[in-house]
Order: sequence, then structure tokens, then C-alpha cells
Amino acid sequence: MQGGLKFFPDQASTMAGPVDAFFFYLVGVSVFFTVLIFTLVAVFAVKYRRRPGNEQGAHIEGSKLLEITWTVIPLGLVAIMFFWGAKLYYDQERAPANALDVLVTGKKWMWKFQHSNGRREINTLHIPARTPIKLTMGSEDVIHNVFVPAFRVKQDVVPGRLTTVWFEATKTGSFHLFCNQYCGKDHSRMVGKVIVMEPNEFQAWLAGDTGLPPVASGELLFNQLACNSCHMGEGMLRGPSLAGLHGSRVALLGGGSVIADDDYIRESIVNPAAKIVDGYQPIMPTFKGLVTEEQLMHLVAYVKSLEAPSGAKAGAAETTSGATLAVDAATTAGQ
Amino acid sequence: MTTDSAEPKYPEHTYLNDGYSLKSWLLTKDHKRIGILYLISITFFFALGGLFALLIRLELLTPQGDLMQSDTYNKMFTMHGIVMIFFFLVPSIPAVFGNFLVPIMIGARDLAFPRLNLASWYMYMAGAVFALYAIVSGGVDTGWTFYTPYSTAHADSHVISTAVGILIMGFSSIFTGLNFIVTIHRMRAPGMTWFRLPLFIWAHYATSLIMILGTPVLGITIALVGVERALGLGIFDPANGGDPLLFQHLFWFYSHPAVYIMILPAMGVISEVITCFARKVIFGYGFIATSSMLIAILGFFVWGHHMYVSSQSEYAGLIFSALSFLVAIPSAIKVFNWTATLYKGSITFEAPMLYVFGFIGVFTIGGLTGLFLAALGMDRHVHDTYFVVAHFHYIMVGGALMAYLAAMHFWWPKMTGKRYPEGLAMVGAIAVFVGFNMTFFPQFILGYLGMPRHYHEYVPEFQFLHIMSTAGASVLGVGYLIPGVCFLWSLIHGRNAGPNPWEAKGLEWTIPSPPPTHNFEEIPVVTEEPYQYTSEASSVRHS
Ligand code: HEC
Ligand SMILES: [Cu+2]
Ligand SMILES: [Cu+2]
Repeated sequence: MQGGLKFFPDQASTMAGPVDAFFFYLVGVSVFFTVLIFTLVAVFAVKYRRRPGNEQGAHIEGSKLLEITWTVIPLGLVAIMFFWGAKLYYDQERAPANALDVLVTGKKWMWKFQHSNGRREINTLHIPARTPIKLTMGSEDVIHNVFVPAFRVKQDVVPGRLTTVWFEATKTGSFHLFCNQYCGKDHSRMVGKVIVMEPNEFQAWLAGDTGLPPVASGELLFNQLACNSCHMGEGMLRGPSLAGLHGSRVALLGGGSVIADDDYIRESIVNPAAKIVDGYQPIMPTFKGLVTEEQLMHLVAYVKSLEAPSGAKAGAAETTSGATLAVDAATTAGQ
Repeated sequence: MTTDSAEPKYPEHTYLNDGYSLKSWLLTKDHKRIGILYLISITFFFALGGLFALLIRLELLTPQGDLMQSDTYNKMFTMHGIVMIFFFLVPSIPAVFGNFLVPIMIGARDLAFPRLNLASWYMYMAGAVFALYAIVSGGVDTGWTFYTPYSTAHADSHVISTAVGILIMGFSSIFTGLNFIVTIHRMRAPGMTWFRLPLFIWAHYATSLIMILGTPVLGITIALVGVERALGLGIFDPANGGDPLLFQHLFWFYSHPAVYIMILPAMGVISEVITCFARKVIFGYGFIATSSMLIAILGFFVWGHHMYVSSQSEYAGLIFSALSFLVAIPSAIKVFNWTATLYKGSITFEAPMLYVFGFIGVFTIGGLTGLFLAALGMDRHVHDTYFVVAHFHYIMVGGALMAYLAAMHFWWPKMTGKRYPEGLAMVGAIAVFVGFNMTFFPQFILGYLGMPRHYHEYVPEFQFLHIMSTAGASVLGVGYLIPGVCFLWSLIHGRNAGPNPWEAKGLEWTIPSPPPTHNFEEIPVVTEEPYQYTSEASSVRHS
């Protein structure tokens, strides 16, 4: 993998083939037009060079037919490019539901990874082959960017929000991981490796040297920070129940609604005033500065793990959490 | 083209000998002298930016950082970008040739607001002083894009003075744009109807629109960076409740159209030169003029193609992608029309024309590779790699700079009254073309391989292509020196040019070289379309 001549990147993910196929279409179109223009210019330059008998050009003001031709054909070709590119992008944006979660924190100038069982690593990420992996990423300082050329994936890691990217490695081996967004002095040293292992080897590797899994660490924090005082318990709570929150639609004070994704949950913790859940008072304190980016991800992981109460589960995905609470109250009242 | 017989006489009264004192230059209101002031200033900045480029390419010869420290390297590419973009490319063709030629080409004695024109040069210089102060006092390391929150809360280099420099420089751009628009509307000679305007003028009109609509946004953005940095207000930094993506939206709202500030005037130059050396009327005048306007307008709605992987909304990405593909079409139309202009021409190959051929070649490649970046799923892989570096150098260095050099050679005899040595200049044009492609073509491959931009150190497998690129850069460097030698030589030894050494059409060629201070003895009356190199009699109409 190191040194040596190379003119084309490794293809090591399920996305590499489709992206390269598209690339070759684009190269094909480009080569065609480049050769066309170069040839025409060269042929005209030679054929119509000035010489005795050709002192003056012909008077040709233009041609509507040609103008239409060379507008419509390129339009058709770029329309294909647009849809093809959009299709790939759509696939790149949607991680399969069974993807393994890995938490990533970028900070000047290193990468921290944590697997769902708690195992941590720095600048090296071990993953199993033939398994979709979803990175949930946050930054502690400036914008970074995770880029694995062999996988053809790249995503900014932006402070103040959580971003995600997914891939499925097809080959075992070690692949470069670059920070691809300029982030200051040692930007070019913010590089790491993705080590793709056979799934059984990966399981063995994962079992060694674990810490607390993110969900467990999140639960601990949830109790330590007294989130439970408002969000957990019986009867009228001061804050909405968080069970089944992830993925549901939340009605907001003042109208409108929002789907509760990772980033929304994160924002609810550091900036609760930004979006107030309909039917509640804005009494939740901000936890900004009290928890690190990584702890935030743990809290988010824990909130995500809270399943909707079985009775309300079926409707949870569509109802608001406020409504879920109402259902809870109704069932309690009915008993 | 010129017969070697009698050397034309050098005119007695020219804008150049109308006063020799420093004051006569520094307080001049003559658009031609202001053009020359700009020429001298931007040439200085081109050399400075080139020096940074040289150091960057030398450092990249090896994978390790051995020539300089990382933070020095980061300052090098930042200052290379800022100097080349804001202090060379943005002003280049409009401020030098636009200033010199816009009034003459439309048959006017000066721009509409000569004082404002002088003020624009002073604004440029004031901005330059701040930027130079930042450079000599330690430099700035944010990248020319000033991405937040790095630039506002983390960089400890001279961000504010650079920002102030760019802010002030922006006013020179706005003044110039305003002046051109008013001039083109109000000061055309009798008979100079909109569709008799040379395409150079259309290009400058479109450029001016972008300058006055886009530059204020740059100003505000840069000012907000300064405010956040100085006062710690939370505008872009999420640590204070700001939004880092807001900055990117604002920044690219100007900086994408800014690419057209650099390339539209270049396209105008190409239309002027290609018709002269093919001795033909331009093919598709209306389509070329309209495409300039379309580019200027559509160009304002594509900025988000810089943000596909920034976590901008997917749907925004879709719209920006579609519009970016759309804006590619008018550029393609121009290339096709220029190529068609060569058909059945009577073509000669002096240096300006060689630069035009070079322009068409590199602009075609630059434009086509832009399609890769407009495509959502492809950009994810090539975004912010050397592929992007190669692409925009093909447009901005290959395209804009080659057209700038075409203009330099074409109008040099008009500006100075002197010929340059043609043979040597032709060698220069070839060296620039070859050197340029050697430098930047390998970078497309590097980018697809995954080499990120802004890397001081890199993994060893990229080294071969970096060596190729640096080797090309040395050819390119020599290539750039040759025109310099030609022009200096011409000032000392050059033959007198006479009013129209290229036997070109256009009002600028009807007056002496160099022109007198007030351009025209008598305001001309225009009776024909531009580029009438052929008579209607020999007309072969296709339709
Ligand atoms: C003082 C009581 C209180 C505490 C303590 C508190 N919250 Fe809240 N929380 C609320 C209230 C009230 C709301 C609803 C109003 C709003 O959106 O701000 C809320 C909303 C939320 C939401 C959005 C819920 C939805 O249905 O959309 C999340 C997620 C959340 N809190 C998580 C936490 C976490 C994690 C902690 C601990 C770090 C915490 N809260 C601590 C009162 C509290
Ligand atoms: Cu980084
Ligand atoms: Cu752009």
C-alpha cells in the first residue's frame, strides 16, 4: 500500500464501483469533447491558414441550427450527469438500517473512534468487511472532514452538529483516512487508517480492552446530570418522555414540527431554547460546556436506545412525543 | 502582417507624454493612465503570488515537510490564494484592459466617472497595503476561503488586517463595475447600438453586474468575520451559538460568481483576438453576448455546489447541482462559437492567437472537469482534493491568465506604441501552454487518487505525480518570464507600431498608438457591426 506508482485509487467499498463507473462516463464525455474541439481547432488552423489565395475569411455570421444543436446535445448529456450524480448521492446519504454504529470525534489534530461496545481507538479505525458501518461524527473545535479515498466517501465533521457517513468495505487491508478540510497547523498530519478485517477477526478484536459502551456511559451521565429528574418517572413530568423519541416527529411550540434525529437530540441538550416542544415550558437548562462532544454523543446514544413503551409503540413513529405522553396518561387514567 | 518597409511615425501627443511628473500619474483622471497604474500594481502582485507558488511546489517535491514548517506552509498557500485571486485575477483584465479599452471601444473620451476611477485604484492600493502588512508581519493561515470557526476563533495569524485589506479592495471592484455600467449605458458614440458593441464590452458589462451585486456580500461576510474575531460575538462559531455553515453560504455567494469576474472578461478578450487573426466576423454574435449575461445571472445561484459534503440539506444540494449543470451550457456555447469562427478563416499564428488556442484548450478541459464537481455523487469523492485544485487552476490560471496574456500581446502595441519581438513571444506562448498542462494535469490524477488539498506532508505514493507537477511548474515559470522579457525589450528597442499593426477592426485601432489623452479628435460615428473583416459580398450564409 505504501510507496510505488499509482494512478488509480483502490476500490475497497460497495460505493467505489458505482462512483468509478460514473467517473468513467464523465471522463468519456470529457475526452469526446476535448478531442472534438482540439481536432476542429487543429484542422481549421491548418486548412484555413493564411496563404496566397486565402487572404480573407468567409463571411459567416452564424447558424441557428448549429446553435440549437450544440445547446441541446450538451443539455441532454448534463441531464444524465445530474440524475446519475443525484442517485449516487442519495445512496451515499442513506445508511442501511442494520449498519454498525461508530462514534467519531475530530479535534485538532486527531481522530477518536468509539465502537458500540465501548472500545476506543485513536487515528485507527478497525471495521469488519462486508458490513455496513455508520459513522456519527462531531467536532470539538473546527470543521474537519473524514475522507477515505478507497471507499469514495467523504463528509465534513462540523462543530455544533452531528453529521453521519456510511460505507461498506469489500476488501480487507489498511486504507488511508485523511482529514480533508483544512483545520490549521497539523492538518496534513490529521491522517489515520481504516483497517478492514474479516468479521470473525473483528469480533475477536472488538472483545479485547473495552470500556463502557456509549449507551451505558450515556445512561450514567443521564442520571449524574439529573436529566432523569425531569424526563423520567411516573405521573406528570416536567419534561417530555424521551422514550421512542428518536425518529419520531415532534410538534414545536409556535407551530411546525421536526423529526427527532441525532442532531436534534444533540441540540436539545446544548441549546434547549432553540426548539421548544409544544406543551412544555422552556425550563430545561443548557448543558453546553458541561459535557464534552463525546459525552454528548453518549447521551444521544442513550436517548436513542430508549424504546417507546410497548402500548404506544405502534404509533410512536408518527405521533409527537407530547402525544405519546398523552397516550401514557390516558392508559394510566384508564387503569 | 506588417511590411518591413517604412516604420510608422510615433505620434507627437500621446497620453504617455502628457506630463512626466509623478503627480501627473498619481492624480491622473485619464482612464488609460489608470489602466497603466493598475498594470504595474497587479504585475507586482502576480510576481508575489508566483513566488509563493514556487515555494509551495518546491515543498511538495517530497512527502515530508522539509523546506518549511507546517504553519509556514499553510501561510504560503493562503497568501498565494489571496494575492492571486483578490489582488491579481479579480482586477486583472477589467482593471487594466477594461479601463484602457472600454471608453475607446465605444467611442468615448473617458469613463463616466474619471475621479471614481482614480479612487478605485487608490482603494485597491489601500487594500493592498493592509494585505502586504499582514504578509510581512507574519502572514495569515486561514486559507483564502477563511472558513469559520477556524478563522474567527482558532487561527492566530493576521486575519483581521487581511480581511480589512480585502474589504477595502472590494470597493475598488464595486467602483470599477459601477463606472463601466454607467459608461456603457450613457457614453456610446452615435451609431454604437447595443448589438454593435464589441463582445469585449458585453463581457465587461456582465462582469460589472457581478462586481456590484456580489462584492458587497463579500464585504459584509469579511466584516462579520472581523467582528466575531475581535469582539467574540457568536455569528459563525457554534461555541458562541453561531453557525459555521452560514459563513460558507455567504462566502460562496460572492466567491462562485467571482470566478466569472475572472473568466468573463477573459472570454471577451478571446472574441476580439480570434476574429482578428482569423480575419472573420465572429460566429454567433448574439449567442456569445447572451451567454455572457446568462452566466452572470445564473452564476449567482450555484454557490451551494461548494457545500455538498458540508451537511447542507440534501435537497439544497439537488437544486445547486441542477443549476450548476445549467450554467455550464453558456460556456460551452462560447467554445463552440469560437471554434466555428475559425472555420473558413484566414488564420495566422502570432503570439496573441497562440494564447487564444491555448485558452480554448485549457478552458475546455477546465470546464469539462467542472462537471465532475457539479455532480453530487462524484463531488463527494473529489471535493477538496487536488482534482479541485487542478480544475480551478485550469479555469483561472489556464483560462483567465492565458487570455490576460493574449490581451497583453494584442493591445501592447496600442498601449505603448511599440512592437514586441514576435518570435520570442510565440515561444513564450508555447512554453506557457506546455508548462501549464505539465503542472496541473497530474493534479487531476492526484485528486482522484485522494490527495487532499492544503497538505504540507503527504503519503509517499503521491510523490511521483507531485514531482511531475513541480517539473511542469518550472517550465511554466520560465514561460511567464518570456513575455516579461519581450515587453521590456519592446520598450527599449521595439519598432513603432502605428495605429493598427494587426489590421484589426474596432475603434481602438482607428486612433494613434499610443492614443492621445482624449482618445478621439472627433467622436466617431459608428455605421457597422463589429468584426467586419470580410465584406458582405463574399458572404456565405449558413442557416
Ligand atoms: C429542569 C428540567 C429538565 C432537565 C434537568 C432536563 N430537561 Fe430535557 N427537557 C425539559 C423540558 C421542559 C423539555 C421540553 C421543552 C424544550 O423543548 O425545551 C425538554 C426537552 C428535551 C429534549 C427534547 C425532547 C422532545 O420530545 O423533543 C431532549 C432530547 C432532552 N430534553 C434531553 C435532556 C437531557 C439529555 C438532559 C440531561 C443532560 C435533560 N434533558 C435535562 C426539561 C428538562
Ligand atoms: Cu482536521
Ligand atoms: Cu463555484
